[in-house]
Amino acid sequence: MAGEKTVRLRPPANRMNRRAVTWWRVQCLLTAAVPVGVLVVLAAFIEPARRWLLVAAGALALLGLAGTAFFPAWWYRVHRWEVTDEAVYVRTGALWQEWRIAPMSRIQTVDTMRGPLEQAFRLATVTVTTASARGEIRIQGLDHETAADLAEQLTRITQATPGDAT
Amino acid sequence: MNAPAPDAGGHGAPAPAPTPVPGPAPRSGAGCGPAPHGDGWRRLDPRTVWVTGLVMTGVAGGAALPVFFGLAGVLPLWQAAALVLAGGVLVVAAAVAADYVRWRRTRYRIGPERAELHTGLLLIKRRSLARERIRSVDLTANVLQRVFGLVKVRIGTGEQTGTGESTLELDPVPKAEGERLRRELIAGAPCAESAEHHRDGLLAALDPGWIRYAPVSFVAPVLGGAAVGAVMQVSEWFGLQGEVVEWTRDRFRTTPVALTVAVLALAALVAGVVGALAFWVEMWWGYRLEREPGGALRVRRGLLTSRSISIEERRLRGVDLVEPLGVRLFGAGRLDAVATGLVREDDHKHAGHQALLPAVPAATAHEVAARVLKESSTPTGTPLTVHPPAARTRRLRRALTGVLAPAALFAALGVRVDPVLLSVAAGWTAVGVPLAALLARDAYRNLGHGLSGAYLVARSGTMRRSTVALQRSGVIGWTVRQSYFQRRAGLITLTATTAAGAGGYDVHDADESEGLCFAAAATPGVLDPFLRPAQEKEPG
Repeated sequence: MAGEKTVRLRPPANRMNRRAVTWWRVQCLLTAAVPVGVLVVLAAFIEPARRWLLVAAGALALLGLAGTAFFPAWWYRVHRWEVTDEAVYVRTGALWQEWRIAPMSRIQTVDTMRGPLEQAFRLATVTVTTASARGEIRIQGLDHETAADLAEQLTRITQATPGDAT
Repeated sequence: MNAPAPDAGGHGAPAPAPTPVPGPAPRSGAGCGPAPHGDGWRRLDPRTVWVTGLVMTGVAGGAALPVFFGLAGVLPLWQAAALVLAGGVLVVAAAVAADYVRWRRTRYRIGPERAELHTGLLLIKRRSLARERIRSVDLTANVLQRVFGLVKVRIGTGEQTGTGESTLELDPVPKAEGERLRRELIAGAPCAESAEHHRDGLLAALDPGWIRYAPVSFVAPVLGGAAVGAVMQVSEWFGLQGEVVEWTRDRFRTTPVALTVAVLALAALVAGVVGALAFWVEMWWGYRLEREPGGALRVRRGLLTSRSISIEERRLRGVDLVEPLGVRLFGAGRLDAVATGLVREDDHKHAGHQALLPAVPAATAHEVAARVLKESSTPTGTPLTVHPPAARTRRLRRALTGVLAPAALFAALGVRVDPVLLSVAAGWTAVGVPLAALLARDAYRNLGHGLSGAYLVARSGTMRRSTVALQRSGVIGWTVRQSYFQRRAGLITLTATTAAGAGGYDVHDADESEGLCFAAAATPGVLDPFLRPAQEKEPG
């Protein structure tokens, strides 16, 4: 092993599902669309401030579009996950990257969640919790079948691992 | 990298139980197991109705006074008095009746397997805890309850379900019954363990000299402000607020403004200091920290409200030496327990429940920490790895930005609006920059992490410096964070997640490679599969 040499964390093995990019893009668009819509409606009703409101709406829309074009692709490159027999390992984030590791023996619950938008893209999120209030791990953007298999596999391994997880 | 742990504490990944007493306790020997008593249900102490009545009388009396003065302005005096009196009686009677019903409908039973509590009028709540899961039994008694010889008992398991499902509250039972419950549920259980040759009995007791750290705590300015606020509030109830202000202005008619401000601030400060001293006495009077034969830590303290907090050793994952700035300047710090299952839902109680030691001289704090952890020398005192200079640069930059951004704003406004703001900006910068630099340097110096036997030690903070010693076997995962700027500086922030205390403890801005090696060494086998030499270029 590395010994005195410098080490770093290797990226987890698996990427998210490709559809996750589209899912993130839709989310970004919706998030941007709400304030833009409000501003446009206000502009339609408030005569004197119309120009400024429209300018603000345009700027926001531009920002939203830029974010939509930029961030999901970046997230796709960064977000990765891996489940070994010993641990769950996830990397997320873009500007602030985050690696989370939870050993199997410490996992308490495994949840699968599918929001309305996720259902439309046949995606699912697997949430793994430990006894720590800050130890939650979320694997987003999995194909829903992969997610179901993963949840089942995790449940099986954690049940087979002894210990009270604290 | 993959070297075995230097000694006990982390043997392989699954090492959940830190003390050698997992599972249900052996019931060996007489006088250790619980005294058998009828499996019948018990009731709370009926005197609770009296206590409630008295408390409500006090509350109603306090509320009645401003109401009476308010009404007296509109109604004839006798009418106002009659109205207020009738209202007060009604409130007290309702409270007493409600408490009586609660008492009638509440039953508890400590069986051989489970502790059970049934309560509620329409919606009957049945709560039951497995006895082997019970980790804490806390007793508190306020002044009135003490007069009546009652205590409130809180029985908790180590779980953090968050919704309060895991605690039973018996409010109140007779004092002797409370003691019996505590002994039976906590200390009575694991007898077999007392073979260890560690110091039992008294670990620390109150030294009245410690009160000297009370005025420098953050409590003092808060109470000072509260005192001023209270004067204003009470005078407003009586419609005299204007007169109070007027009176104050009269006193200072002839003195210059600066002196007036200074005198008023001093008065508030004195009030704050007196308040802090009184608060300290109430909190810590009669303080004793003991290890009981069964291996539970017990803190007893309180002048008016007496509190007894028991932490079973199985729950203890380490200690946290907390040094708030004011207290730290005088070379002192307090000790908190890092334990699982501390009541999380009500934060004000949470703070009180984990305190093991008030602010004391640092040497004493280290000594007590060593005794609590049963170590010959405390992990909180070990020399720590210093963080790279890049961490200092980050702190300096952050502190200076915090000072210079408002200064720039003031300066810009000064140019555009009013030149007076320019001098404000200059003054702000002149005072703020040295202060920020000082604090940033202090923050950097306080950073550190290391391993000490079975413990992982992490230190950080200026305003509240915290040195946490966490059992390595109590670490249940790692979170590694790196912002864009940290990536460029080669730093990472590590969080050791744990079931105890705050849920996770941070090592801020450690060197990337050294920090990862530290984490890997702290919990052998957890991180190693995900590390690799840095020479390879990371794809993507």
